[in-house]
Amino acid sequence: MLREGQVRIPSGCAISGMIDKSGRRFCGEDIIKSIAVMHDRSNGLGGGFAAYGIYPQYKDYYALHVFFDSTAVRRDCEAFFERHFDIINLSKIPTRKMKEITDEPYIWRYFVTPLPSKLTDSQLDEREFVARCVFRVNTQYDGAYVFSSGKNMGVFKAVGFPEDVGRFYRLEEYEGWCFTAHGRYPTNTPGWWGGAHPFALLDYAVVHNGEISSYDANRRAIEMYGYKCTLQTDTEVITYIVDYLHRKKGLTLPEISSVIAAPFWQTIQRMPQAERETLEYLRVMFAPQLITGPFSILVGHEGGLMALNDRLKLRSMVVGEQGNMTYIASEEAAIRVIAPQLESVWAPKGGEPVIVEVEHGN
Amino acid sequence: MGINWIYPEHEVVRNRDRCINCRVCERQCANEVHEYLSEHDKMVCDDAKCVNCHRCVSLCPTRALKIIPSGNTYRPNSNWTNRTINELYRQADTGGVLLSSMGCPQRYPVYFEKILLNASQVTNPSIDPLREPMESKVSLGARPRDIQRDENGRMINNLPPQISLSMPVMFSAMSYGSISYNAHESLARAAQELGILYNTGEGGLHEDFYEYGANTIVQVASGRFGVHSAYLNSGAAIEIKMGQGAKPGIGGHLPGTKIVGDISRTRMIPEGSDAISPAPHHDIYSIEDLRQLVYSLKTVTGHKKPVIVKIAAVHNVTAIASGIARSGADIIAIDGFRGGSGATPTRIRDNVGIPIELALASVDQRLRDEGIRDNVSIIVGGSIRSSADVVKAVALGADCVYIGTSALMALGCHLCRSCHAGKCNWGIATQEPQLTRRLNPDIGHRRLVNLMNAWRHEIKEMMGGMGINSIESLKGNRSMLRGIGLNEKELEILGIRHAGE
Amino acid sequence: MKKIYVNEQWCLGCRLCEYYCAFAGTGERDMARALAGMKIHPRMRIEEKDGISFAVSCRHCKDALCVKSCITGALTVTDGMVAIDQDRCVGCCTCVLVCPFGAVASTAHGVMQKCELCVQSSAGTPACVRGCPNGAIVFEERGAAR
Repeated sequence: MLREGQVRIPSGCAISGMIDKSGRRFCGEDIIKSIAVMHDRSNGLGGGFAAYGIYPQYKDYYALHVFFDSTAVRRDCEAFFERHFDIINLSKIPTRKMKEITDEPYIWRYFVTPLPSKLTDSQLDEREFVARCVFRVNTQYDGAYVFSSGKNMGVFKAVGFPEDVGRFYRLEEYEGWCFTAHGRYPTNTPGWWGGAHPFALLDYAVVHNGEISSYDANRRAIEMYGYKCTLQTDTEVITYIVDYLHRKKGLTLPEISSVIAAPFWQTIQRMPQAERETLEYLRVMFAPQLITGPFSILVGHEGGLMALNDRLKLRSMVVGEQGNMTYIASEEAAIRVIAPQLESVWAPKGGEPVIVEVEHGN
Repeated sequence: MGINWIYPEHEVVRNRDRCINCRVCERQCANEVHEYLSEHDKMVCDDAKCVNCHRCVSLCPTRALKIIPSGNTYRPNSNWTNRTINELYRQADTGGVLLSSMGCPQRYPVYFEKILLNASQVTNPSIDPLREPMESKVSLGARPRDIQRDENGRMINNLPPQISLSMPVMFSAMSYGSISYNAHESLARAAQELGILYNTGEGGLHEDFYEYGANTIVQVASGRFGVHSAYLNSGAAIEIKMGQGAKPGIGGHLPGTKIVGDISRTRMIPEGSDAISPAPHHDIYSIEDLRQLVYSLKTVTGHKKPVIVKIAAVHNVTAIASGIARSGADIIAIDGFRGGSGATPTRIRDNVGIPIELALASVDQRLRDEGIRDNVSIIVGGSIRSSADVVKAVALGADCVYIGTSALMALGCHLCRSCHAGKCNWGIATQEPQLTRRLNPDIGHRRLVNLMNAWRHEIKEMMGGMGINSIESLKGNRSMLRGIGLNEKELEILGIRHAGE
Repeated sequence: MKKIYVNEQWCLGCRLCEYYCAFAGTGERDMARALAGMKIHPRMRIEEKDGISFAVSCRHCKDALCVKSCITGALTVTDGMVAIDQDRCVGCCTCVLVCPFGAVASTAHGVMQKCELCVQSSAGTPACVRGCPNGAIVFEERGAAR
C-alpha cells in the first residue's frame, strides 16, 4: 500500500486541546484522559500530541523530533545536522514498551541552534533557515522524518489509539502550559508513523478533524511559496498556510481566520465600511488560502492556541472555560471528563476563531 | 456545371404535406435558396446556395423543412476524404486561399471530454447550493507579494486594479464590424445585467456603448482601429491582442465593403477602405516591446485599469506566458486552437496552435514553478461549450474563461461557419440592415442572461457536489479531476491522474 | 388595457404573424393541416415599402370610427376592445371605408373580420405576438388610448 506522501489519504478524527492562559504548567495526564473518551472517533491507525512549554531548560533551542527507519540513515542525517546546527543535546525519546504500540522506528530528539556561519551565508532569518533544513531532511533523506521542530515544544505521535500513544511516550511525565491531541480515523493508510498527527513546523502544530475540499487548490498555491507537501494530508497544508500567513506575511490570528474561513461575500457586504474593506482585501489578496469543506482545527504556537471551524461548521467543536483553563474538543464529554464543572461551555460558530493568548511572564 | 462543379454538401428537404407556401423561408434566406413558383403554387430550393444556417428550418411554422447531408460521395478513400478533394478542386478553380469561419471543426481530441469531475461521498459532505451560500464571484488582477500596514497597524489596500465578476465567465473579443451593432448591444447589456464583462474586439467602441464602460474590456490590436484616449479610459480593462486561437500568427482583414457608416467612424478609417490588422504589432517585435506598450496603456489610464495580454495557444505558450507575467500585464488571456473567428484561412485554423486544455495546464504549472502565478490572472478561451467546461478549466487553473462562440449561439448562431460571406441570416456576422435587424437586442441579451444564469446554477451544483462553496477553492484544484482514456504524457501535462487512481 | 403594438425597427416582414393569425381562428391543432393549400385571410397584414415593413392590425381606437359607422351595430367597444359580431354584419363594408388603418377586411364568406386580440383563445397572448420571431409585435399596456 502507498503511504502518506505517495497518495492522498483522507481521514475523520477526534481532537482535543487544553491551555492555561496564565502559563502555569500542568502534566500530560489530562490530555490523555480527554482524548481517550473519544476512542470511537479513532480507528487505531494514528494518534498524537503536541505539548508546549515542556523543555524550559532548552527553551532557546529548536527541539527536533525525528523518526529514523535505520541506524544508517540516522548517521547520515546527524551528519547533516552537524553541518548546519550546533547540537546542544541529543538522545532517544523515552518510550514505554507496550503491546498496543508496535513497529516503532528509531525516535530521536535533538536540541539545536543554527551554526552562525551557515545562517549568515544563507541570508535567511533563523526560523526560515530551520524550516528549510527540516524540508531538506524530509524530502532528501529517505527513512528520516523530522516531525517536530519548535522551541520549548514537542510533538509525540505514533500508529495506535491516541491514549496508547500518550502512555507510550510517557506523556504524563511532561509538564506544559498547553497540550493538543489527535485521534485519527484514516480511510486507507497502511499505518505510517510520520502520517499520524499533529503536524508541526517550527512552533506551529496543527490538529485537524475534517476533510477539506479545497486541498489541491491550497497545496498548489502554498507550494509556490517554497513549501513542499510531502505528506499530502489536510493537516500538513493547513499548517503551512498558517505558517505562511502568520510567520511570513505577518497576519494576526483573527486575520488568518478571516482568510482560511473567510466570511461569505454576502456577509461582508453588510458590514461597516472599514471592516468590509479589510475583509474584501484579505479575500482577494489571499484567495488561494481559503479553505473549504469540513474542518475543525487547533493551532498551537508559542503565543497560545487558536481553534477554528470551517465557515459552514461542518464539524463539531466545543469550548469550555474554567478559571485560567480553556478546553476545546470535538465532543463536550472529552472536556467534562477533565473538568466536570465549567464556568462556560459553547460551540463556536463556523468561521469564528477562539483565540487564547498565554501570558509568558509566569 | 463542368470540371468546377462541386455537388452541394447539404440538401434542403421539404415535406410537401406540411408546406403551406407561406414563403417565410424564401423571405428569410439571404442566400436565396428558396423560391416560390407562383405559376405552380409551390416552393422550390437550390441546395447549392444553402450554407446550412437553419434560419428557414427554425422559422418554418409547420416544420416542413430540414437540412441533411446530401450524401453525394466520391469513391471512399480514407486518405482523400470528400472534404479534402473538394477543397483541392476549389483551389484549382480559383487559385485562392481557402477561407473559413468559426473554430476548427476537425477531429482533434477534445480534452474537456476526457476529464471527469469528482463528488463528495461519506467522508465529507456535499453542499446544497439551494440551502447554503455558494460563491461564484471572482476577482482578476495581480496580487502583490506582501501586505502593507499604516502606522496604526491597519492594512493598506495595495492591490493593483482588479476586475470583479459575478461568475468566472466573460464574453470574448468580437469586433464591431465583424459582428453587428445589435450583437454588440446584446453582449453589452447582458454583461451589465450579469455583472461580468464583454470585449469590444479590435474595432473600437461605438459611442452608444460608452455607457456600458464598467462592463467593457477595450481591445488594442495590431491595427489600432478606434483607439484613442477616451476609448482606453472608457472600459474596465484594456486588452492587448497579440494573437487569436483561430489564426495564430495571422492578422485580420475586414473588407472595405463592411467599412460603412458607424463602423468607419468607430474604427476611425475612411469608408470603403479595407481594415487590415498586421500579423504582428509593428511596435512589438519582442517581449520588452510588449512591456513598453503595457506601461504606455497604464500611463494613459492613470494606472487604474488592469491590462490583459491575449495570445494564441501555440507550442511555446508557457515561455511566452512567463514573459508576459513579468511584463507588468495583470492578466493573460490564452485562446486555444478551437477558438472562433469571423474569417480565417482554413489551413491556419485547422493546423496551427494547440488545445486550450493543454496550454492552460502547462502555463498554470509553469507560472507556479517560477513563483509568478500571483503576478497575473489567467483567462482561457477557445471552445468553452458548457458549464462543465468552465468548471474543468477553473480546476485546471484558470481564473476565468472567455466565451465567444457559445455567446453567439445564444444569439441565434447555428454554426454554419459562413461568417466570412457577410450574409449572416441571424443578423450577427453581417452589416446589411435587412439582416442585422433580425437580432433584436431585447431578445438577444435576455438569451445571453439566461444562458449564463443556467451555467451559473450548474457550476454551483457541481461545486456543491465536490463540497466546495467558493470558486477560489476550485481554482487549480486538480485533484478534483481525473482523466479518462488519456495516455501518461497527456495526464502529466494536464497534471491530473487517471480515473480509478 | 393591453394592446398589440408593432415596432417597425424589428419587423422583418417575414409574414409569420399573418399565418399565425389565420391559424388562430381555425380551431385546428396543426397549422399544416389547417392552412395547407388554402388562401389565408388574416386579421393582420404586413405593409411593406422601401425596406421597411410593419404589421397592421386594429388599434382599438377609443373613439372608433368603424363602431360609429356600423349600420347594424355589429361593431361594438367591449372593455376597450373593438369587437365584431359577425352574425349581425351584413357585409356593407362601411367600416372598411372609414377605418384609417385598413384594419378591417372582408372574409371569404362576405362578412367583415378584424383583430379581436385573440380573446377567444386561452393563451392570453395573441397568436401574432407569440409567433413573431423577433419580438417586433408586443402585447402590452401603454398609457391612455387615443
